[in-house]
Amino acid sequence: MIVRELELDLDAFEGPFDLLLTLILKDELDLRELDVAGIVLAFLERLAERESLDLEACGEFLVLISALLELKARGLFPEEAAELAELEPEAAAEELARRLAEYRRMKDAAAWLRERLESEGGRFFRLGPAPLAAKVEVPLAPQDPERLAQVIRLLAVEPPQVSLAHMALRFPPVTQFLERFRAVLRRRSRFDFDQEVGQLSRVEQAVAFLALLDLRRTGEITIEQSAPFAPIRISRGGQESTDRDERTGEWTVRSA
Amino acid sequence: MDSPLRLIATNPLDQLARTLEALLVVASAPLSVEELAEAADDHPERVEAALGLVRERYTEGRSGIVLEHVAGGWAFRSSRDAAEACARLFEKPAQRNLSQAALETLAIVAYLGPCSRPDIARIRGVAADSAVANLQERGLIAEAGRDDAAGGAIRYRTTPLFERIFGLESLSALPRLDDVGADAEQIRERLHEVAEKRTA
Repeated sequence: MIVRELELDLDAFEGPFDLLLTLILKDELDLRELDVAGIVLAFLERLAERESLDLEACGEFLVLISALLELKARGLFPEEAAELAELEPEAAAEELARRLAEYRRMKDAAAWLRERLESEGGRFFRLGPAPLAAKVEVPLAPQDPERLAQVIRLLAVEPPQVSLAHMALRFPPVTQFLERFRAVLRRRSRFDFDQEVGQLSRVEQAVAFLALLDLRRTGEITIEQSAPFAPIRISRGGQESTDRDERTGEWTVRSA
Repeated sequence: MDSPLRLIATNPLDQLARTLEALLVVASAPLSVEELAEAADDHPERVEAALGLVRERYTEGRSGIVLEHVAGGWAFRSSRDAAEACARLFEKPAQRNLSQAALETLAIVAYLGPCSRPDIARIRGVAADSAVANLQERGLIAEAGRDDAAGGAIRYRTTPLFERIFGLESLSALPRLDDVGADAEQIRERLHEVAEKRTA
């Protein structure tokens, strides 16, 4: 049995023990909110499910839980230990007496509450949510007109002009590049894409690349690139181009 | 045949008093004079005067319903004569079987609140977690912010329900706790004896 994998279902935490420890060590969970007894119960339940006693797990658990308890105790009484340790025995006695007196007063108060509860035992009254209570609207707190004007002015500022430049972009037809590349390939068996389109605008380069993909699809060319961002080399399609034509034709029909 | 005569002698506040009765009978929590005045659309002073009329009408021995000033407002409750009958029909889950630990914790929160669980644990000397959870579940105490210190613990205060159950107009109606004079002196002496022995 592995203690760290013990599944916990507490008010403040749900999950494996290991995660709980991590959260506590990272200060992401307040130990003071944690029900340590709940962890002990979960462990004992798990232990009871087994026939033999796992001494190693028990030992590990004891070490972990006692460390948790110590941490929690320190969390509950942060300055306490330091305070009392520094006190002289006389002063400590004085402090203790003060606390006992305070507790005594609260005990008296509790006794009064109990008497009151008995004497007021005959009180019965209606309890429950208010019936369709109309919520009173809370009026706004008084505002400084100058500040309000300041905020309004901020809102009244003309928003920055939004660029519409991309809407005017003109895309040349793909066919233009199809023709162009075919012409190049009639003259040369291979060419370099970057060199061919280097002078063009970004939009034209993008359309040119689309044309390239189209040519590749119909098997008119083969494309090579040795590495990402390396020059793209284009050469005329191989002999198997007719074969490829059929296949792509089929694919086009099916996809249409 | 005194009803026509009574109609003629109607108190000018009677109409308002009837409205207040209606508001109080539909309310499930005490209503303050301000709330009543706003709902009745009338002046708070007139509402107070009219409440006097309603209170006269609904007193112990005169009616099964009693108007009382409780938890910072006005509310109807059953008369004490009817307590037994009410008890046969209704439970009182909020205050049934309150343990000593719960009562002490309740006293601390009532007198010193808002206070956190560490505050309560410091006074009682034992962890307050279960007592606090128990009181919270009963609706006698509720969360009220956090301690200012880093990682501030949740603080608690008593609820209007607490004041209603204990029949308190407000927390200031709690009795003043006299400092326990003689007892504290005796404790102090004994502790000093122990301290001397340890230093010797």
